[in-house]
Amino acid sequence: MDYTITEKILLSHTDKKSIRPGEFIWAKIDFSLGNDITAPIAIEQFEKYGAKKVFDNKRIALIPDHFTPAKDIKSANQVKRLKDFACRYRIKHYYEVGRMGIEHALLPELGLVKPGDLVIGADSHTCTYGALGAFSTGVGSTDLAAAWITGHCWLRVPESIKFIYKGKLPKWVSGKDLILYTILDIGVDGALYKAMEFGGSAIRQLSMDDRFAMCNMAIEAGGKSGIIEPDKTTFEYVKKRRDYKAKFRNLKSDKNARYSETREYDVSRLEPQVACPHLPSNVKPVSKLKNVKIDQVFIGSCTNGRISDLRIAARILKGKKVNSRVRAIIIPATQKIYLDAIKEGLLQIFVKAGGVVSTPTCGPCLGGHAGILAEGEVALATTNRNFVGRMGSPKSFVYLSNPAVAAASAIAGKIIHPGEIV
Amino acid sequence: MIIRGKVHKFGNDINTDDIIAAKYLNTTDAKELGKHCMETIDSDFIQKVSKGNIIVGGKNFGCGSSREHAPIAIKGCGISLVIAKSFARIFFRNSVNIGLPILELKDEGKINEGDELEVDLTKGKVRNLIQNKIYESQAFAEFMQELIQSGGLMKWIRRKHNTK
Repeated sequence: MDYTITEKILLSHTDKKSIRPGEFIWAKIDFSLGNDITAPIAIEQFEKYGAKKVFDNKRIALIPDHFTPAKDIKSANQVKRLKDFACRYRIKHYYEVGRMGIEHALLPELGLVKPGDLVIGADSHTCTYGALGAFSTGVGSTDLAAAWITGHCWLRVPESIKFIYKGKLPKWVSGKDLILYTILDIGVDGALYKAMEFGGSAIRQLSMDDRFAMCNMAIEAGGKSGIIEPDKTTFEYVKKRRDYKAKFRNLKSDKNARYSETREYDVSRLEPQVACPHLPSNVKPVSKLKNVKIDQVFIGSCTNGRISDLRIAARILKGKKVNSRVRAIIIPATQKIYLDAIKEGLLQIFVKAGGVVSTPTCGPCLGGHAGILAEGEVALATTNRNFVGRMGSPKSFVYLSNPAVAAASAIAGKIIHPGEIV
Repeated sequence: MIIRGKVHKFGNDINTDDIIAAKYLNTTDAKELGKHCMETIDSDFIQKVSKGNIIVGGKNFGCGSSREHAPIAIKGCGISLVIAKSFARIFFRNSVNIGLPILELKDEGKINEGDELEVDLTKGKVRNLIQNKIYESQAFAEFMQELIQSGGLMKWIRRKHNTK
């Protein structure tokens, strides 16, 4: 029987001899994560159940990244619950502010996820690790509690959709643009319950950072997971971070694997894409947006807060000034990225340009803190969602783009193509 | 199990930020979360809801974040059942896991705001008492029924795996 990469990984985490889409499995997990918003409910469920121990204290991450450094007393209490739980059950991967980073940037950076793994996280953007060739999906807090107790999770084996991207990516076009373009094509529920498998020559050219950005937004098309077959780029990334011995002989989809659908895109003439309010599928090429004035630019998040994102933003902002009506907020996703950005002089460029740099946090992406929008304000963000009220007032507006468009637009005070500035 | 209640109608792609905005996620208290249910898109919602009412949404209900606070807020404000054309997958599993009744119904478009429904969850039969119509919902997979009948995931693992 020929399998997709997703089916292969899922099968290897069960006692079964074969597997098919639609089937429910009780799958063994390699790693799990929760954050300061989702883990408190998991802790309540765990305690209510009367559990006395976790299945494996090395396979659990607790990352206080959403409302941290704690924005108010209630948030501080939630973070404290994570910390107390981590101490009580000797959770190895608990990271205090100062070592903490945005979970989906931090876990790969620490080498905690490897190709072929099965990862669940109580956060919808857990699908990010598909970039490493892992099956990785967002679940709820109760799922997380059950996983802490049993080391397992119930899953319905998804059908897969194959997305093939051909051609050479034009300048200023990134993984973010590929995924926004894909969401435009299939809609916010176009991949509902399904695995999105990204392949083709354009994907092979992408850096790991771009691959993370793509898989990160699979959920925005309703996808259960996003996945990219691991290649030289992937293995180089992983081996730099951990000892790695391949568990799978051939971690690729088989030749006759079955897909519910295959879609092909020629990306050689693609423009940077922008998702307009109030859905990630409301996507337009940047040149179609005329005179959209902005009040805030945010470069950061689990989608685009990685070092290559900061590098491209700095390249554009170097020696320039952020428009006097605009706030430019830049948030490196992890402490390591923060430190690298200091070493490379990127933060100096941002501050000189009139931008503001914050410690790692999800912060403004979900309207938590550190950059909330007022009524009537417009933001351009490198984040993943632009729902009504996502970054603050229900009467504010969020556009989504790649970091190059965001940086150029910060200078112009309106949404523009980076080519117009550089 | 029979649920009877008045309908509050919503459109397509109702996301978890609509259901409960992130600014309220610094608590896990169901009553507190319930006070802000649907606030972003309908600031009067909480005044209109009474215990036992039913939410009817379109496609992709509950899309967006994994926050379990969303079904908890819906339960917390007294809603007894959510009917939708389709559900986003994490919202779907969260609802089943915590025991919020949900139903997939392709005829959801025929139901109007303010209609009175009588729903037989076991049979998946929806009776519209105002329009005097009956709709058949899609049956849940066997495994889902097992989870629902156990009263949610934690009760299911206790019964099934007896792990402590």
